[in-house]
Amino acid sequence: MAHDSSDRGFDLKAMLRDERFWKIAFQVITLVVVILLLSFFLGNLNRNMIQQGKTFGFGFLRNPAGFSIGESAIKYRPNDPYWRALGVGLGNTLTLVTAGIALTTLVGVAAGIASFSKNWLLYKISRAYVGLVRNIPLLLQLFFWYFAIYGTLPKPENQIHFFDLAYFNNRGVYIPWPGTAVLALLGIAALGVGAIAAYYLWRWRTNIRIDRGTGGLPQTLALASLGLGLLLFLTLGMKWTIPHGVEGGGVTGGLRLSREYVAALSALVFYTSAFVAEIVRAGIQSVTKGQWEAARSLGLQPGLVMRLVVFPQAMRVIIPPMNSEYMNLTKNSSLAFAIAFPEIYSVATTTYNQTGRPVEVFLILMATYLILCLIITLVMNQLNRAVQFKER
Amino acid sequence: MTPVTPNSFASGPPALIGLGPIAWAKKNLFSDWFNSLLTLIIVAIFSWGLWRLGSWALTMAQWPVIPNNFGLFMTGTYPPALYARIWVLLAIICALAGLSWGVLARNVSILFSRNVRLGLAAIGAFIVLFPPTRPSALKLLPLVALVAAMAAVGRQGGRRFPGVGKWISLAWFLSYFVALWLIGGGLGLTRVSTNDWGGLLLTLLAAISGIALCFPLGLLLALGRRSALPVVRWLSTAYIEVVRGVPLVAFLFMGQVMIPLFLPVGSRPDRVLRAVIALALFSAAYLAENVRAGLQAVPRGQREAAMSLGLNTPLTLGLIVLPQALKIAIPAIVGQFISLFQDTTLLSIVGLAELLGIGRSVLANPAYLGRYAEVYLFLAVIYWVFCYAMALGSRKLEEKLNTER
Amino acid sequence: MRKLGLLAAALGLTLAACGGTTTTATTGGEGTTAPVAGKSRLNVVKERGKLICGVDGGIPGFSFVDESGKYSGLDVDVCKAVAAAVLGDPEAVEYRRLDSTERFTALAGGEVDMLSRNTTWTINRDTQVGLEFAPTTFYDGQGMMVRKNSGIDGLEDFEGKAVCVETGTTTELNLTDQMRKLGVNFEPVVFQDADAAYAAYDEGRCEGMTSDKSQLVARRSTLPNPDDHILLEVTMSKEPLGPVTVNNDSAWYDVVKWVTFGLFQAEEFGITSANIDTFKGSNDPNIARFLGEEGTLGTDMGLNNDFMYAVVKNVGNYGEIYDRNVGADSQFKLERGQNALWTDGGLMYAPPFR
Repeated sequence: MAHDSSDRGFDLKAMLRDERFWKIAFQVITLVVVILLLSFFLGNLNRNMIQQGKTFGFGFLRNPAGFSIGESAIKYRPNDPYWRALGVGLGNTLTLVTAGIALTTLVGVAAGIASFSKNWLLYKISRAYVGLVRNIPLLLQLFFWYFAIYGTLPKPENQIHFFDLAYFNNRGVYIPWPGTAVLALLGIAALGVGAIAAYYLWRWRTNIRIDRGTGGLPQTLALASLGLGLLLFLTLGMKWTIPHGVEGGGVTGGLRLSREYVAALSALVFYTSAFVAEIVRAGIQSVTKGQWEAARSLGLQPGLVMRLVVFPQAMRVIIPPMNSEYMNLTKNSSLAFAIAFPEIYSVATTTYNQTGRPVEVFLILMATYLILCLIITLVMNQLNRAVQFKER
Repeated sequence: MTPVTPNSFASGPPALIGLGPIAWAKKNLFSDWFNSLLTLIIVAIFSWGLWRLGSWALTMAQWPVIPNNFGLFMTGTYPPALYARIWVLLAIICALAGLSWGVLARNVSILFSRNVRLGLAAIGAFIVLFPPTRPSALKLLPLVALVAAMAAVGRQGGRRFPGVGKWISLAWFLSYFVALWLIGGGLGLTRVSTNDWGGLLLTLLAAISGIALCFPLGLLLALGRRSALPVVRWLSTAYIEVVRGVPLVAFLFMGQVMIPLFLPVGSRPDRVLRAVIALALFSAAYLAENVRAGLQAVPRGQREAAMSLGLNTPLTLGLIVLPQALKIAIPAIVGQFISLFQDTTLLSIVGLAELLGIGRSVLANPAYLGRYAEVYLFLAVIYWVFCYAMALGSRKLEEKLNTER
Repeated sequence: MRKLGLLAAALGLTLAACGGTTTTATTGGEGTTAPVAGKSRLNVVKERGKLICGVDGGIPGFSFVDESGKYSGLDVDVCKAVAAAVLGDPEAVEYRRLDSTERFTALAGGEVDMLSRNTTWTINRDTQVGLEFAPTTFYDGQGMMVRKNSGIDGLEDFEGKAVCVETGTTTELNLTDQMRKLGVNFEPVVFQDADAAYAAYDEGRCEGMTSDKSQLVARRSTLPNPDDHILLEVTMSKEPLGPVTVNNDSAWYDVVKWVTFGLFQAEEFGITSANIDTFKGSNDPNIARFLGEEGTLGTDMGLNNDFMYAVVKNVGNYGEIYDRNVGADSQFKLERGQNALWTDGGLMYAPPFR
């Protein structure tokens, strides 16, 4: 008996001394604390909602919204339900974010490379741009673009145009566009296929060049004919609508980008690009000096040194932080509501104002942005895997 | 990673020595046709923009809205009778800033180098020439002098007592509470309700409190995400990723509307506090990622060496790993602070009278309706000055820490 | 073992820190006391010695911050009147800026004693949201401003045109309803910020600008050429704006209600802040009761008997408040219109003080 009890005591002590026990115990304690906190908050939420006479649920999404939205990618009328209104907001956010990511990449990389320019003025401006734009809140920059830039464009009566291809007035910008959404998607797909085909052709050509040491003229010809075919398809195969100025102001045809949209896009692109430029700059600087020298000693032109040797290596350093910049752009797109662009945050706050349902609306918002960020992360991780060092 | 700067082709301002202005321009601006074209285009766009801005600022803009409301922009509706408390606070901060500067620069041969003297003179001249409001402008001059004097003192002190840096950190820490006391009152001072905190004061306070309050949580989350315990790791990761996936403006909206819903029926914390809690919960996730990056940068050998000395996990973390990780993370944390400082503009959307919010109140004054361009430009300059100064400071600090390592 | 202790201590510290924060939450916000059961707001305000009044803080003529950092405007003067009646001091007010999304929760939660913040009286808010509406201090309506030379004479001319909207809780809905009724397709450009909305209208982003008429008139006076803009003869909604208190506190509601009525009544009597002392010892029993020299009207409500004297002496009567902030003496020069006394063809009417 006595032996038995002391044995048990020994067991307990051993258990207390065992790190494995503590690992499990600590996790259980953490879990319990988190669950307690959550149930405390949710219980309060429940009581507060009962006191305000509300019940949790998304049924309100089927009620008619009643407000109108300025621009929408999908069909929307004021008596459509709330979920459709929110869908319109999501569509607007998506158009803003996708165009924003594409343009930010271009502008940011250009600004980053410009800081290595031989031209003193360009170098200075690239640095000044980064120093200025990164240190002013985005909200103020949105106002700047909306009022100080696009607000000074002329009224529709004396709109300006660019070779009759694009029109500018203080209502927005009008550009040529494939007639329907299907055709636009087809065009983008064709461009994508063309780009992939061109890439493989180029790789093939380079391999041949490495193997034989001579130029690959036939491949260049193939590339050219591919490009020509693509160009023909894009110009003739699709029903482009070209904007036409109307006497006395206004534009018919083409795609209208509202002033809210272009201002939000410009502000987001120029703000995020300043950060991207710094990332690109750091990436290029991370390529060791020996690589530059080796490339130049092979007789490569300065432009080719950057394109063929330095930039591909810099990509490895550049891509991981780009993920968070793209995510920032996505999240910052919610600020476009300040200049009247009806993206999802704007529609969501109106919905909240009309229905008085903060919890449900917030959950919808949170889920939307989380999913968008998740998609970006997944794509960037794939890209990252592609450019990392292949250790052999 | 040591950033290697490629030679003159790549970076840095070109050398100016030995070139006449024409030769210099030819080399740096008009080296070939492409560069010449670029230069001309840039000059054209730039001068057009500058001309537009200049003609607006000098002829069309009506600037009185700024000096007449300067007090509002700085402190919001804070009672003018109690401005003395803000001045005292400013003096404390200036003294501490001077001391820290002096201590950090204790090994530099000349404290007041030519650039520093020029900078101080420029600030002094600016205060005299562009007085925001006459009476208070004169109080700014002694403050500048105070910074310089304390820097000299700090340098001497730093040389004599090498351990003084720790005490200065402590003083900064304590000054936060002194600041809260001076601003908010209590303990013998007249209370000032948080409703009357505003302007730049509230902007700075919200940003600093956001960073300070998120520190413990951010640290725990960073450790949790790298923990070997799966439950802890999953929970931390989930929190970090969820918060980082949501825009701040949605988070603040939640703070203002939903925090009262999550608390017992009838309790409503102060609005400024609600906003600060939301800011802190938000930035904790970002801080956690910064600290995690720092933790990853600490070589594994450090941890193993500590373990082999017989330190257990908490002690290894607290004494060996974290100090190094935090040191590495400092630039990232400063960067996060800068963005948090900019993000406080969103507080105006949820109805607080911080810098942008008080700007909107001023713009609603019938005397200044429609002066939005002047006000927003002024605000942009304030934000830029602060953020740029912080970025500059952080770069200097980074260099400093690098040489010590 | 020690590891756990340390971690537990760390956890405890964080929890303590959280606890600390929540304590400051309740003590830091001075006067954010939850409503105490069975105790009227009136007593709470008296004990505190200060009225906490929810205002917007950014509406020209109604509430804004002047250069000296003081709140001014018509809505603000109503707060001052209540403070003068209850506490005898029009400056014993703490203003809290509330935006439209949180004003009702702030009132229901006891964060503010009353709202004086451009709140439209609707049946839903009165019955469902749990509010009590004091008499309307400003009759407004949603209007539409256009350029004189635009050729727009009515809402039906807005086909394919853009309208700048200063967002409100119902502004977009009213506009959409009216346009749907007429079958007009238009482009709404909805701003959260009034300054941005008017700036966009001013430079020609929109053909029309819609908001409450008082705001349209106020803002029109600040446009570069005010005479180039006109208000259409259309009222899209009724917007009776007035102070609001919370349900189930009739003692407090009565005070706010009758102080507001008192402002109208003083104007009807012709009592102003300048001449009020000449009415002292008046032979008119109505005026004597009103100023508390006869009867117990004030003490019956739990106020000083001469509460209206304190109000009018310090803040003025309704006409003075109106003229000073939005009417003849202000730069807006708004007509009295519906906001004139009932004796002048308006809607301002106070029940008898007896």
